[in-house]
Amino acid sequence: MPEIQPTTAEGGLTQATIVKKAAAKSDYKPADVSPQRRVQRSFAVRLWSVRHSRLLEWFYARFADMFLLLHPLWKGIGYGRVEGPIKFVEKRVKGFMFDCRMCGQCVLSSTGMSCPMNCPKQLRNGPCGGVRANGNCEVEPDMPCVWVKAWEGSQNMVHGDKILDVQKPVDQSLRETSAWLRVTAQTAAARESTQAAKTGAPT
Amino acid sequence: MIGRQRDENPAGIDLPLEPLPGHTSRGRLERVLRRGEFAVTTELNPPDSADPEDVYNRARIFDGWVDAINAVDASGANCHMSSVGICALLTRMGYAPIMQIACRDRNRIAIQGDVLGGAAMGVANMLCLTGDGVQAGDQPGAKPVFDLDCMSLLETCRIMRDNGKFLSGRKLTTPPRLFLGAAINPFAPPIDFRPHRLGKKIAAGAQFVQSQYCFDVPMFRTYMQKVRDLGFTEKCFILCGVGPLASAKTAKWIRSNVPGIHIPDQIVKRLEGAEDQKKEGKQLCIDIINEVKEIPGVSGVHVMAYRQEEYVAEIVDESGVLKGRQPWKREIRRDDQLVADRLDHILHDEITETQVDMVKTAH
Repeated sequence: MPEIQPTTAEGGLTQATIVKKAAAKSDYKPADVSPQRRVQRSFAVRLWSVRHSRLLEWFYARFADMFLLLHPLWKGIGYGRVEGPIKFVEKRVKGFMFDCRMCGQCVLSSTGMSCPMNCPKQLRNGPCGGVRANGNCEVEPDMPCVWVKAWEGSQNMVHGDKILDVQKPVDQSLRETSAWLRVTAQTAAARESTQAAKTGAPT
Repeated sequence: MIGRQRDENPAGIDLPLEPLPGHTSRGRLERVLRRGEFAVTTELNPPDSADPEDVYNRARIFDGWVDAINAVDASGANCHMSSVGICALLTRMGYAPIMQIACRDRNRIAIQGDVLGGAAMGVANMLCLTGDGVQAGDQPGAKPVFDLDCMSLLETCRIMRDNGKFLSGRKLTTPPRLFLGAAINPFAPPIDFRPHRLGKKIAAGAQFVQSQYCFDVPMFRTYMQKVRDLGFTEKCFILCGVGPLASAKTAKWIRSNVPGIHIPDQIVKRLEGAEDQKKEGKQLCIDIINEVKEIPGVSGVHVMAYRQEEYVAEIVDESGVLKGRQPWKREIRRDDQLVADRLDHILHDEITETQVDMVKTAH
């Protein structure tokens, strides 16, 4: 819970501003945004994706089916060999659409097509308590809260209630890997095991 | 066994209580809440010092008025004595601390270690928080960790307690016995998601929640209505966060500078109109307590009186939420008192005893 507040707080100054003012003067003054925003473009496309979450959900489902159909192909070539090119495409496409951070364990369909890794606190289970009254982020006052958008996006989706599932912590060892291939391989494995169970012949 | 109070281990105040059926912890707070009593918790202002007396002095003013004390984990991202350290001191003296764990500063390896360490020291209650961003504090250049979030932290603690395992699946020899808490903020957007978020927290393991400062009772009432409709009040104890505002100026400052605290205009107006704003702030807090305690599903209040800790006792007393009940109070045991009385003179008298003299008087 935020602490209320410092004696230094007179006159509406935050501690961060005070620290900034106390820093040594120099000719180079970087733009007054957080480090996270320095690597990021404007988020217009990302907000478009959230507004069209239902369309994207539909598209994503078809796309996943297609990838699953191609499973024999991926397996034939070798998942290891296709990873490079697929990751190249995935990173650019999702980067453009969602400002993807390549966590490698995509949960877009559970978060209203709003990538939770864009949250400065990288929350994967809903908004923190610091969301501003106008729906903007606590850390970056000019950015709409990723989770306010996620809630809006999920309201449009058919399976929007997936936002209520508790997500596991991010596995940092999967960063910069292809979520598309991982999901395809996992679904294929699950399908094979259920088929094996149905035919009833346990090796 | 001398002068024993309710919810106290007869073998020593610093020891965990007898386990009760249906209880997941051996702490006092869970007992109070499960008995259906209206609980009062508060927050200890963490010292910027290495002196244990600073912690004891700050805890002493709550004696006999609160059921548990939150040991904050660098709240507002400002550096203070750690919550683990404060808990170590408080448990020694028999207090029931609520150890706050924020995800901002430590990764899952460190946090799981602290959960075990805290539980071993006798901490029965842990409050799982995400934590404020580092930009809010006095060291904005720090690296924000946020390896877990409050939800996965809750789940991690629950897995450690119920399954006796680390997140990795490695077994614990003795699992921690914990009463798990979380924070809620019914006053921040997206408003209609907030009750569902509480549901998620309960699913992840929350047994009690403390809310952000409540200054807008109608808004809280709407939230509680929704929460009751969803059936969450049977699964979780809800403690409403309240606190005195020092002045209208403070209120305005908080409103524009501390994200997540919602203060309606009429509150600021009421404070501005008062002659003694500090007194009015206290009265306002009491009025809010009296309103929220009547809302069905509210199991207690969490009084946060930052830098006005001396008011907590008065607020609790004047609002009458305890209904005559006295929470556990640190008392000197009668036998200790007897020894202290008999030997007190050696502190003041100027006697130099030599061994030769002592032999003489002994015969």
